[in-house]
Amino acid sequence: MKYRHLIFANLFRKKIRTTLTLGSFVVALFLFGFLAVVHGAFNQGLEVAGANRLVVVNKVSIIQPLPISYKDKLAQIPGVTLVTHANWFGGVYQDERNFFPQFAIEDETYRQMFPEFLVPDDQWKIFTDDRVGAIVGEDLVKRFHWKVGDRVPIKGTIFPGTWEFNIDGIYKGSRPQDDTTQFWFHYKYLEERENQYWKGLIGWYTVRIDDPGNATRVAAAIDDTFANSPWETKTETEKAFAAGFVKQAGNIEFLLLSIGSVVFFTLLLVTGNTMAIAVRERMRELAVLKAVGFSDGFVLLLVLGESLFLAVIGGGLGLALCKLFTLRGDPTGGMMPYFYLALPAVILGLLASLTVGLAAGILPAWAAMRLRVADALRRV
Amino acid sequence: MVRVDGRGDGSSLVRVRGLDKKYQRGSEEIHVLQGLNLDVDAGDFVAFMGPSGSGKTTLLNLLGGIDLPSAGSITVAGDEITHMSASKLTAWRARHVGFIFQMYNLIPVLTAFQNVELPLLLTHLSKAERRKHVEAALGIVGLAERMEHYPRQLSGGQEQRVGIARAIVADPTFLLCDEPTGDLDRKSADEVMELLSRLVREHKKTVLLVTHDPVAAERAQTVLHLNKGVLVEGRTVEAK
Repeated sequence: MKYRHLIFANLFRKKIRTTLTLGSFVVALFLFGFLAVVHGAFNQGLEVAGANRLVVVNKVSIIQPLPISYKDKLAQIPGVTLVTHANWFGGVYQDERNFFPQFAIEDETYRQMFPEFLVPDDQWKIFTDDRVGAIVGEDLVKRFHWKVGDRVPIKGTIFPGTWEFNIDGIYKGSRPQDDTTQFWFHYKYLEERENQYWKGLIGWYTVRIDDPGNATRVAAAIDDTFANSPWETKTETEKAFAAGFVKQAGNIEFLLLSIGSVVFFTLLLVTGNTMAIAVRERMRELAVLKAVGFSDGFVLLLVLGESLFLAVIGGGLGLALCKLFTLRGDPTGGMMPYFYLALPAVILGLLASLTVGLAAGILPAWAAMRLRVADALRRV
Repeated sequence: MVRVDGRGDGSSLVRVRGLDKKYQRGSEEIHVLQGLNLDVDAGDFVAFMGPSGSGKTTLLNLLGGIDLPSAGSITVAGDEITHMSASKLTAWRARHVGFIFQMYNLIPVLTAFQNVELPLLLTHLSKAERRKHVEAALGIVGLAERMEHYPRQLSGGQEQRVGIARAIVADPTFLLCDEPTGDLDRKSADEVMELLSRLVREHKKTVLLVTHDPVAAERAQTVLHLNKGVLVEGRTVEAK
């Protein structure tokens, strides 16, 4: 690349200006990456949702329970191949800041229902035999420095009192986006301690169906089965269920898109202005290049190359910094377990950065290309 | 042999016939060159003189293919350049023309070496071959030891010599010099003119020079005066 020094020399003739422009890209792409991480965290449920799983909740509200007696009826509905259930426990460890999701699960069917969570068989065996046992996600273990064999007290907020659990096993996610901050314990233990109000009641059912294409039909069949009962149901796909949660937080998508657009538009103006000034300052030099035989196309590519170089280096640095930031893990203490800059977001960020570089450079580059040598040399 | 009567025998290196150049300034039409004829042979050293606005630089730009005439033709080494496409003209310039400017027009962020190397980047020469050519050109202008210096680290005279090295490095057919001493003190100007004379004398270069400076013009074999868009023959002497 014999022209390399031409691009580099021009970029660094005004070091402060180049550094500030580069800084604009770094900040913008860091922000882009951060927004993508937050977006991913909010939409994690959508990404991990199983296509062949339906969630059955109380039609009135998710916080209303359903009877455990529905389990057998659900299993008999055509198309349903597996049924499990869980309860939201809502406890805290040591103090309120230490939030993480705890579920009272029906152990064997729960493990079958969510094969993406991997628990060693020996640990699972200990868990199933231990009435007060718990399986916890590896990120949660890291967060509180727990280990297998520890006894952990959880203070109930919905279910009063302090609940003590033995950590019998640690699960891992089979995909990077899997949530490994959950805490599972036996539904039987919950039912046993809360037998006055919660006997025979569960939070929600998850059912597996034989064919994702049948989801609508099976969901309707489930809701029809329990229609006009004291515990009517609302059944939807796991993805729709997760999307409902995201919606409750407001239109995050629109918010992120608005902020991102403003940032990139501002970046476009800043970079476009910088490139225009840089070209205006160098009219004579560009004219000399043309006079000695460099083509119009070369001059266009030279200016565009500078703009794209700034975009790639600045954008890359911004995304790299964002990646470093996310490596420290969830900064919210458990609200965003999936705090991760995914590869598609990095690629999208670099493409956005390149697009801005291209858009910012094209007009000055075009002006440089159209430059009339004799006119430019006449200017002092 | 330089002729301005349009009766050259066709063997000349530069052949100009009926060259017209008009500019439009608002509603006014300015006729800069009018039916100009010129024949220059290879190895000639020609100086164009004339008052400001007489069209000297315009003529040089037209000969160098960086401006287009309103009418007439220019033929250099058998190539009729007035009807070439922009891209062909660019390639032609790279092969045939070495420009030397009044303000040197070096690229300030490149070293003397890199500035001189620029025209060679358009060739298929290897890096080592380019280095050899650049060192030779800088050697001719007496700046072999300054090749890693940036223009700001050189005097005006040295900058112009780097400009001359850039102009000769690709061994062009002819050199077009637009007031090369206009921004220099007497001593530096004499050095630059001596260098141009030496290029004609020892390296058989063809040099077309525009100048206001009669002392600089003295170095040329032929001095032509441009007045109101018409070339008038001046004196012709043996090259110094």
